Amino acid sequence: MKSYLRFILIPLLAAPALAKLNVVATTPDLGAIAHAIGGDQIELATLAKPTEDPHFVDAKPSFIVKLNHADVLLEGGAELEAGWLTPLLEGARNPRLEAGKPGRVSAAEGVALLEVPTALDRSQGDIHASGNPHYLADPLNAKIVAAHLARTLAELDEKSAPAFQASLKKFDDELEAKLAEWQKLVAPYAGRPLVTYHNYWIYFGRRFNWPMELFLEPKPGIPPTPAHLASVIGKMKAGNLKLVTVQPYQNRKTAETVASHTDALVLDFPSFPGGKGTEGYLEWMDFLVKSTVAGFEKTH
Amino acid sequence: MKFRIILTAASVLCFTAAAWPAEDQVQQLQLQLKQLQADFEKTRQQQQQQIDTLTRKLAALTGAPASAPAKTDEQQKLEQELAIAAELPVSATRSPPATVPAAAGAKAGSSYMNLSFGTLIDAGWSTAKDPSAQLQLGDHDPSKRGFLLRNAEISLDGAIDPYFKGFANIVLKLDKNNQTEIELEESFLQSTALPANLQLKVGQYFASFGRQNAQHPHAWSFVDQPLILGRAFGPDGLRSLGAQLSWLAPTPFYTELFLSVLDGQGGTAFSFRNPGEPDAAGSNRFAGRATMDRILRGPSDLLFVPRLASSFELSDTQTLVAGASAAFGPNDTGPASRTEVYGVDFFWKWKPADAAQGFPYLTWQTEALYRRFEAAADPLVPLPAEVLRDYGYYTQLVWGFEPRWNAGLRIDYAKGNAATYDVADPHRGERYRFSPELTFLPSEFSKIRLQYNYDHGDLFGTAHSVWMRLEFGLGAHAAHKY
Repeated sequence: MKSYLRFILIPLLAAPALAKLNVVATTPDLGAIAHAIGGDQIELATLAKPTEDPHFVDAKPSFIVKLNHADVLLEGGAELEAGWLTPLLEGARNPRLEAGKPGRVSAAEGVALLEVPTALDRSQGDIHASGNPHYLADPLNAKIVAAHLARTLAELDEKSAPAFQASLKKFDDELEAKLAEWQKLVAPYAGRPLVTYHNYWIYFGRRFNWPMELFLEPKPGIPPTPAHLASVIGKMKAGNLKLVTVQPYQNRKTAETVASHTDALVLDFPSFPGGKGTEGYLEWMDFLVKSTVAGFEKTH
Repeated sequence: MKFRIILTAASVLCFTAAAWPAEDQVQQLQLQLKQLQADFEKTRQQQQQQIDTLTRKLAALTGAPASAPAKTDEQQKLEQELAIAAELPVSATRSPPATVPAAAGAKAGSSYMNLSFGTLIDAGWSTAKDPSAQLQLGDHDPSKRGFLLRNAEISLDGAIDPYFKGFANIVLKLDKNNQTEIELEESFLQSTALPANLQLKVGQYFASFGRQNAQHPHAWSFVDQPLILGRAFGPDGLRSLGAQLSWLAPTPFYTELFLSVLDGQGGTAFSFRNPGEPDAAGSNRFAGRATMDRILRGPSDLLFVPRLASSFELSDTQTLVAGASAAFGPNDTGPASRTEVYGVDFFWKWKPADAAQGFPYLTWQTEALYRRFEAAADPLVPLPAEVLRDYGYYTQLVWGFEPRWNAGLRIDYAKGNAATYDVADPHRGERYRFSPELTFLPSEFSKIRLQYNYDHGDLFGTAHSVWMRLEFGLGAHAAHKY
């Protein structure tokens, strides 16, 4: 090697090893977990906004630049980002993020997905072939994702591996402690059903034993119709259902109308961590659990 | 269980043997028969369930994507604990994610190729008897009173190997006599593993010129193509066989450079080596001149299409994409005549952070183009050598005012310089058009659009048209480019 080449090539090759890992998370819940595990050892960028509908994120060109720089892509998988991630990755031309490479983390791997359809039939609304992708509303699934990510980060940045392991342990311990606290809180309201706008919170409902089988949408992705709302109101009255959850991008007025007919309470459920007081994953989950419990108390 | 069926059946047979043709006995018999049927149905269902369970277990064992039923909490917890346990020891060596128990299928697009099919069905009326003659010049435009289908598209895409992805669009069209035409609109491969932020695209494809040229009609906001795009690139848009190299620049904001080298021969390279249409005597003509079949004499006879595009986040809710493009190549009117097309484009979008299913939004898209076409002399007509200059723009606002609805307005303007031949060419002269539209999207996979065109041109005066377009898509969920 000619000597002057050494001055150019060595810094070029060495630079990635010295720098912090660039991690891109598609949604803010994944971002919050990445922050908990990576802390200051990573550079983190999150694509979707906390108030945004994760299925309808615009594939903005600025995201191509972020993905081009990324060492790790943390995606939800299970078709959550089907509408926008593919063209971004095509534009990003980043071999580190190719499927099968360690830098490509599909968070759904290892998570037991619910509602895997037996038939792919869009007359049933906008269904997901791999199952319901909103699995991070169950804290135990967050644990799986955190472990998956910690392993990946440790592989890619061996120097910081002990820090990632320590963060993972801290996250797991806090989560377990919180989970025990939540289980105690929710115990008096076990089995009480909730009404949700979209079939989004099924994992949350299963974890805390709150059946969620009644939706304001007649079919996933299809806006509420008066006839369907009337039947929901009837079922709420018959079953004495008193809580209706609504997410930031959903039509709160519809939920309020239903609530006013049934003496029910509308609960604002942020879809993701990132709002005021819900910056971290555990804070967000804490908010969801406690506001549900408070809702049950109020409507008792 | 089988034993029970046999037993029941046997007892029924015994009863039958001892049957007495008395009324109540017949009734009793019917009742028993019903009971038997119910029992049998129950048994059948139980067995079916067992078969289903076994099939799923088998699928899980063989790793095939199983349509797993909702798992019980206990099962789920156990699986999750297993998953965590399996991951805790962090191995220094790279272990593929496959070591995670594949509790769920979790694979989208578990086939080698995505397949989708979309159709645009038009219905409408125009004050022009034959809108295809002067008004609606795009190949996929509604261009006939009554019903028309000008775009049924089969789209295929998938990874070819670790180095390339492949794409194809095969378009079927019905002509006005309901005969089917077929067109290999695009078929190309795109590299996935080139170094230095480069990407290569090879095959037949829509050139990256401006914004709308590379989009397929189902991605357009109006039912027809903008006038100036038709004048510069003809009814099909600019697409040809060739290769494109693109480079993502290492700037903090998005900047991409494209360079296409295209064959540029035929009607899909309208302003370039295009033989044109045969006249009454059967000789091909373009711009009034008899055309010649120009054979490539060197690389400079190919069609070159460079483009630069950049994007900026103006705020949390506003994005701007701006670009400049050009196309240079020879044309078929003479042995040395050439064509140049220049264009600028921009696209602005506002979408609030709490948009529901992507609504509300506001977009503003504008493109302006200039064409310089050297038309050689044709002494037989006779026509002198002259330069045709055409310019024009379209600008359109689309407002997604509530979920599933949008309304838009497009203004089109195009003008050509005075030339000796162009009296009857619908692609020349001055023309403007106002097009309001209203669209309802029942879901992401269907769309119904109503559009009115107020049209004014040197050639035809004023024309009014109303078009309705119904659109549907089947198959793989296509992601939306920005």
